[in-house]
Amino acid sequence: MTENVTKKFLYVNRKAPYGTIYALESLEVVLIGAAFEQDVSMAFIDDGVYQLKKDQSTDGIGMKNFSPTYNALGDYDVHKIYVDKESLDERGLTADDLMNLVYEDEDDDYAEKSSISIVTREELAQLMEQQDVVLSF
Amino acid sequence: MTLHTVNKSPFDRNSLESCLRFARQGHSVLLFEDGVYAAVKGTRFEGLVTEALKNNKIYVLLPDLEARGMRSDNIIDGLKTVDYAGFVDLAAESDRVQAWL
Repeated sequence: MTENVTKKFLYVNRKAPYGTIYALESLEVVLIGAAFEQDVSMAFIDDGVYQLKKDQSTDGIGMKNFSPTYNALGDYDVHKIYVDKESLDERGLTADDLMNLVYEDEDDDYAEKSSISIVTREELAQLMEQQDVVLSF
Repeated sequence: MTLHTVNKSPFDRNSLESCLRFARQGHSVLLFEDGVYAAVKGTRFEGLVTEALKNNKIYVLLPDLEARGMRSDNIIDGLKTVDYAGFVDLAAESDRVQAWL
């Protein structure tokens, strides 16, 4: 029996990259989960916003720089990426400090669009409330 | 002289705040791993770090800063960057190394 039930999944990312394994694990789970064609959103709050910082260069620390992998999310139809504005603000960061993550909108002649939305805590709280499943990293 | 090391993000843990509360005049502080986020200009912790610079030398490990996409020209004035060899030198010339995990 096949059931084609689409659920709303939200991945909540609150950890900085490299210092712990959470960020990399989350990214891997999202990419694996993308194969199940669910309605996926990602939220980046607190130190999680550091995951999306552009210009990461890990040559000096002997670890894999996994930040380019975020660019693949758009190809897996994961293009709802929400970044908490207050978390950016208290870290002295703006949207310009983040990687330029894009996807091709198949409903709009495959126009390239930004996957990232900078949102308030209120908007994020609403988003969380709309989910069927929330996975925390 | 004591070298204090901080490897946690100041937003995630209070390691840096505790460290600076206990570090005495003339001690040095080294920020590394996720601790380097405290070195960046414009964060909520800039005031705390700037205040500490009056009493302490504060160093930041450059490879950890670069890994996280931060630039050495965007760190708080008065902080010094060091590489791994510099980290070793600091440890060697200190009487003790105290880690704030």
